[in-house]
Amino acid sequence: MTKTLRPLVLTLGAATVVVPLLVVVFGTFKTLPQLFDSPLSPPSSPTLDNYRRAVDEGGLGAAFGNSVLVTAGAVVLTLAVASLAAFFCARVPGRVGWIVFGVLVAGLAVPAQAAIVPQYVLFDRLGLTDSLFGLVLVDTTMTLPTAVFILGGFLRTIPEELYEAAELDGAGPLRSFVSLTLPLTRPALATTGIFLFVMDWNDLLYPLLFIRSHEQRTLPLALLDFQGEFQTQYPLLFAGVVIASVPVIVVYVLLQRHFVSGLTAGAVRG
Amino acid sequence: MSSTRSARSRRASRALWLFPVPALALYLFFFAYPTVQAVQYALTDWDGYSAAYRSVGLDNFRQLATGDDVFRNAAENNLKLMVVVVLAQTALALLLALYLVRTTRASTVLRALFFLPTVLSSVAVAFVWRFVYDPDGGLLNSGLRAVGLGNLQSVYLGNPDTAVYWLALTQVWFHAGQMMVVFIAGLQAIPRELYEAAELDGAGRLARFRYVTWPLVAPATGIVVAYTTVQSFKAFDLVLGLGGNPPGPALDLLSTRVYTTFSNNQFGYAAAQSLLFMALIALLTWVQRRAIRRATR
Repeated sequence: MTKTLRPLVLTLGAATVVVPLLVVVFGTFKTLPQLFDSPLSPPSSPTLDNYRRAVDEGGLGAAFGNSVLVTAGAVVLTLAVASLAAFFCARVPGRVGWIVFGVLVAGLAVPAQAAIVPQYVLFDRLGLTDSLFGLVLVDTTMTLPTAVFILGGFLRTIPEELYEAAELDGAGPLRSFVSLTLPLTRPALATTGIFLFVMDWNDLLYPLLFIRSHEQRTLPLALLDFQGEFQTQYPLLFAGVVIASVPVIVVYVLLQRHFVSGLTAGAVRG
Repeated sequence: MSSTRSARSRRASRALWLFPVPALALYLFFFAYPTVQAVQYALTDWDGYSAAYRSVGLDNFRQLATGDDVFRNAAENNLKLMVVVVLAQTALALLLALYLVRTTRASTVLRALFFLPTVLSSVAVAFVWRFVYDPDGGLLNSGLRAVGLGNLQSVYLGNPDTAVYWLALTQVWFHAGQMMVVFIAGLQAIPRELYEAAELDGAGRLARFRYVTWPLVAPATGIVVAYTTVQSFKAFDLVLGLGGNPPGPALDLLSTRVYTTFSNNQFGYAAAQSLLFMALIALLTWVQRRAIRRATR
C-alpha cells in the first residue's frame, strides 16, 4: 500500500508548493481578467506592464535599494559584533565567558514584541526612527542572540592548542581572531550570514513601526502598502512578490546547504 | 625578554575584554533596557506623547484579564491557530521526513522544494494565499469549479468562524518544510541495526514505526512541537498580509493586538499587552520543555 501511497502523497505535496508559485510567476505577465479566466495557463500575450507599475507606482525600485542597504549593513554589522563576542566567550575560560554568552543568548526567549513600545520611544528620542541607519541598528540588535548562538557553537570547536601556538608566536587576541578564528570559521560565518540575510531581508515589524516616509520604506513594507493601494489587482501584487523574492531565491538556489543548516540551527534553538 | 613578553600578553588579554563590548552595548541598550522599561510603562496610561503620565497601578492588567473582549477574542484565535498548526504541521513534517529521509536524487530535489517557502517573505506568502482564497476568481474556487465541485466553493477568509483555520493552512504551507528538516536530522540519527533487528523479529512496517521510529524520533518531535507552538504564537506578518492592517476580528491575534493598540497611541496599555504576550510564550516554552524532558527520559 505504501508503495503506491508514497508517490501520490509526494506528488500532491510538491504540487501544493509548485502550483501557487507557478500561478504567481505566470500571473505577473497577465492582465487581471486573463488571470481569473485561466490562472494555470502560461501567459498568452505577455506584458511587462505589471512590473513597470509595481516599480513606478508602487515604489518598489526605491524600496529594493533601501532593503539592500539595510540588509547589507545589518548582516555585516551583526557578523562583526557577534563574532567578536563569540570569540570572547570561547576564549575566556570559566564562568565569565558563559555568563556573557548566556546574557546575549537570553534574547532568543524574548519575542520582539515584548519591547516594541519602549524601543520605539528610545529610537524616536535618538532621532533614529524613519531612518535606514536606525533599521540597521535595530535589526542588528534583534538578530544578535541568534548570531552569537550559532557562532558560539562553532568557535568552541577550535582546539585550544592552536591558540597557544599563536600566542607563542606573539599573537595578541586581535591577531589570533583575525588570522586564526576568522579563516577557520568561514563556513560558519557564511551559514550565519545567510540566516541573517533571510531574517533582515524579510523583516516587516520594525519598518512598520519605525518608518513613516515613502522614501525610506523597505521592500516588505512597500509590499504591504500594496494592499491598500492596489487591493485585488493580483497581477500587480504578484509582480511585487517576484521582485521581493528573487534575491532570496537566487541565494537559496546557490547556497542551499548553508540555508538548511542555518535555518535549522535557528529552529532548534526554540 | 620574558618580562616584556608577559607584559605584552597581559596587555593583550586586557584587549580581549573589549571584544564583547559592542555586542553587549547594543544588546543591553537597545533591547534589554527597553524590555525592562516595558514593565514601567505597563503601569501607566501613557499615550506616548504627553510629557506627563499617570500611574494606574495594575489597572491595565485588570482590564486585560476581565474587561477586554477584543483581547480575549485575539487570545482565542491564537489558541485555535496553535492547536491546528501544531497538530497539522508536526504530522505533515514527519510524514514528509519519513518519505524523504533516504538520500536519492529525487528526494534531494523534493526536500529543497518543500523547504523553499520558508525563505520567502511573509508578505509575499500572504499575497500568494490571498489569491488562493479569493472568493471570485481565486485558485481554490476556480479549481473546485473546474473539477465540477463548484458547490464546495467558500469565502474562506470572509467567513469569521473559519478564517483562522485558513490562516493555519497558510502557516503550515509556509513552515512545514523547515520542520521536515528537523525530523530528517532526527531520523538519520536512528541506527540502522535497530530496524534490521526488528525485521528479524518479524516486525512489520507499522510495528517498526511504532516500536523503533516513534520512540527514537521523540526528541525531534519535542523540538518541532515546541518550536511550532512558539512560531504560531508569534504569527504576525502573515496576518497583516492576509487580513489587512489592522486585521479584522476574525484574524486578530495577540501579536497584532499589541501592534494595533500601540498604533492607537495607547502606549501604556500596549506595553501591558506585550508583557502578557511574552509571559504566555515563556510559560508555553517552559511547560513544553518539561513535557519533552519527561517524554525523552
